[in-house]
Amino acid sequence: MEKDYIDLYKQHANSVGKSCSDLLNSKREAAFEKFQSLGFPNKSMENYRYCDLQEAFSIDYGLNINRVKMPINPHDVFSCDVPNLSTKLFFVVNDHFYKKDKTIGLPEGVLCGSLNDFAASHASLLEPYYSRLSEKSSDGMVPFNTTFAQDGFVLYVPAGVVINKPIQLIQILHGSEDMMVNRRLLIILEDNAKAQLLICDHSLSSKQFLTNQVTEIFVGKNASLEFYDLEMNHENSTRIANTFVTQDASSHLLMNGITLQNGLTRNNITVRLEGEGSEAKLSGMALGSGSQLIDNNLFVDHAVPHCTSHQLFKYVLDGSSRGVFGGRVLVEKDAQKTSAFQSNKNLCSTREARMFVKPQLEIYADDVKCSHGTATGQIDEKALFYMRTRGIPEKEARLLLKFAFTADVLDHIGLEPLKDRMRMLVEKRFRGELAKCAGCSSSNCS
Amino acid sequence: MLLEIKNLHASIDGKEILRGINLSINEGEIHAIMGPNGSGKSTLSAVLTGNPAFEVTEGEIWFRGKNLLELSPEDRSREGLFLSFQYPVEIPGVSMVNFMRSAVNEHRKYRQEPALSASDFLKLMREKRSVVELDSKLANRSVNEGFSGGEKKRNEIFQMAMLEPKLSILDETDSGLDIDALRIVALGVNKLRTPENSTIVITHYQRLLDYIVPDKVHILYKGRIVKTAGRELVLDLEERGYDWIKQETEE
Repeated sequence: MEKDYIDLYKQHANSVGKSCSDLLNSKREAAFEKFQSLGFPNKSMENYRYCDLQEAFSIDYGLNINRVKMPINPHDVFSCDVPNLSTKLFFVVNDHFYKKDKTIGLPEGVLCGSLNDFAASHASLLEPYYSRLSEKSSDGMVPFNTTFAQDGFVLYVPAGVVINKPIQLIQILHGSEDMMVNRRLLIILEDNAKAQLLICDHSLSSKQFLTNQVTEIFVGKNASLEFYDLEMNHENSTRIANTFVTQDASSHLLMNGITLQNGLTRNNITVRLEGEGSEAKLSGMALGSGSQLIDNNLFVDHAVPHCTSHQLFKYVLDGSSRGVFGGRVLVEKDAQKTSAFQSNKNLCSTREARMFVKPQLEIYADDVKCSHGTATGQIDEKALFYMRTRGIPEKEARLLLKFAFTADVLDHIGLEPLKDRMRMLVEKRFRGELAKCAGCSSSNCS
Repeated sequence: MLLEIKNLHASIDGKEILRGINLSINEGEIHAIMGPNGSGKSTLSAVLTGNPAFEVTEGEIWFRGKNLLELSPEDRSREGLFLSFQYPVEIPGVSMVNFMRSAVNEHRKYRQEPALSASDFLKLMREKRSVVELDSKLANRSVNEGFSGGEKKRNEIFQMAMLEPKLSILDETDSGLDIDALRIVALGVNKLRTPENSTIVITHYQRLLDYIVPDKVHILYKGRIVKTAGRELVLDLEERGYDWIKQETEE
């Protein structure tokens, strides 16, 4: 399988780089070398034991190497209706940033838009960041992305700048044939900067999609980032997302990843706390049904003293869906006074649903507060019966119990309107009323 | 007749607990069911409400002219059957408000009435809460979560007030209550009395029956009703215990 893509790149390396900035092109050769030695992840690797990508890779995807424009206007086909949530709205269609006619008012110095464009126009600014966190990764998908990435999204917030309105990025998958998308995101908050970013992944057609996304996030000293990642894709979509975060002193990160609907999702999230007093709150939720697979693999690295990390991940699995949670917390030798907490709780609401959990705590410092806990169970039959004796139908009672189970993850959302909207979407999802793509206003969806 | 139980046999895990219960209850009556531990009192309430853990092996139950055994637990509730649980269940994450709103509106739907508006519903909550002096703070919490024993029992009667059942079964509602809480709960039950609705009080002790005065008292022993009499039987039992009943039965 790798060979097809290796040949593809060898033949089309020029086309890949032709429309791209020097910065993006400068990383390709080394990444290509690395991919050739690493290959795609497979089940024989401990980290991918429960995440079989074989089938996803066996599909003959098209890659839009020649940057053929997608004949859609996302504004026409997509209306993300989060009532009362006013955002600065941007679109990426497949791996292509969608340029708008009008400019969006953001504070001076902020870069927000096409990664490729800004990598050309602000090369020296972005050069120290692009690929810096990801190039050490030993996951083959990452150098694969660097090899093929042509565009994506960048958000750069200069020191001291606070963006008051949340930025919303809608990432659309669209195509009339099976497609592979190599999407790249770069988020940089300099010292004392502040931003909220909401990313909504959304497939507009039920073709087979493989999204290979790499996101690098830099949170500067005393900076604060809220990062919401909402996935609402068709069941024919495979998403492999590698996210790398580094946090400087006294910075805050709130990250909430919600898989509402998908086919196969693999999220690798690496957070390195590199500055003293930094804090990472990482939470996530996955709702599985049918034969979906959701695999969240986290690595939190406490490199310095006085940092805090919280993890809260919950899964609700229906049908014969499978969930995987791997959470590794590393407290390095000098990282005294670390507080690291991890909690993973799962509900398998059918006999066929399966959950695989691997928590790991590695502590090399001796003055730390760390805990981890995981539990997987079924719907509480006593509670179910109790509710039914009050006249609540079994189906509704199950739904209320599942919804209740996810409540604390939703409570971690900082944006109130988004919290309300998410509650509504989650409830709809449990009711089976969530349209294949709930935000579409057109009939593009099949 | 409101409820008629004919020759009811029921078992759990293959073990027979109820061995031929016969019981009739008319509108407006209060029946006490007493009996030693393990005689089948709670099993009877579980079978009446349709707890799937129990299997009915023989007999019939008719409730307001309907074959109760053919109804799901939720339909039994909507038909007007209510159980105040001996051990109310905690449901973390489900707020009392959402829980009760679901329940009330499901009942209304069953009667083909429109759902209550948010403000009408909250008004109803306020009104019914006062029946058992349930703190408004509790009404805003998750169902029974972190409630004391007494609060849980009061919450059961509050739910009963909300749902206005035709037949209420109070399963050891007095257990774990101090004397003040017992009085509040019992007065609450009495406030909810009408000439149409009936109550089954399952208890070990006399004290609840001092407040909720039964028309008939049944003694359940080894899965059968072995004695039925008026309220004077309660005093008899309090004085003499169950041994004489056991002896009489064995003979």
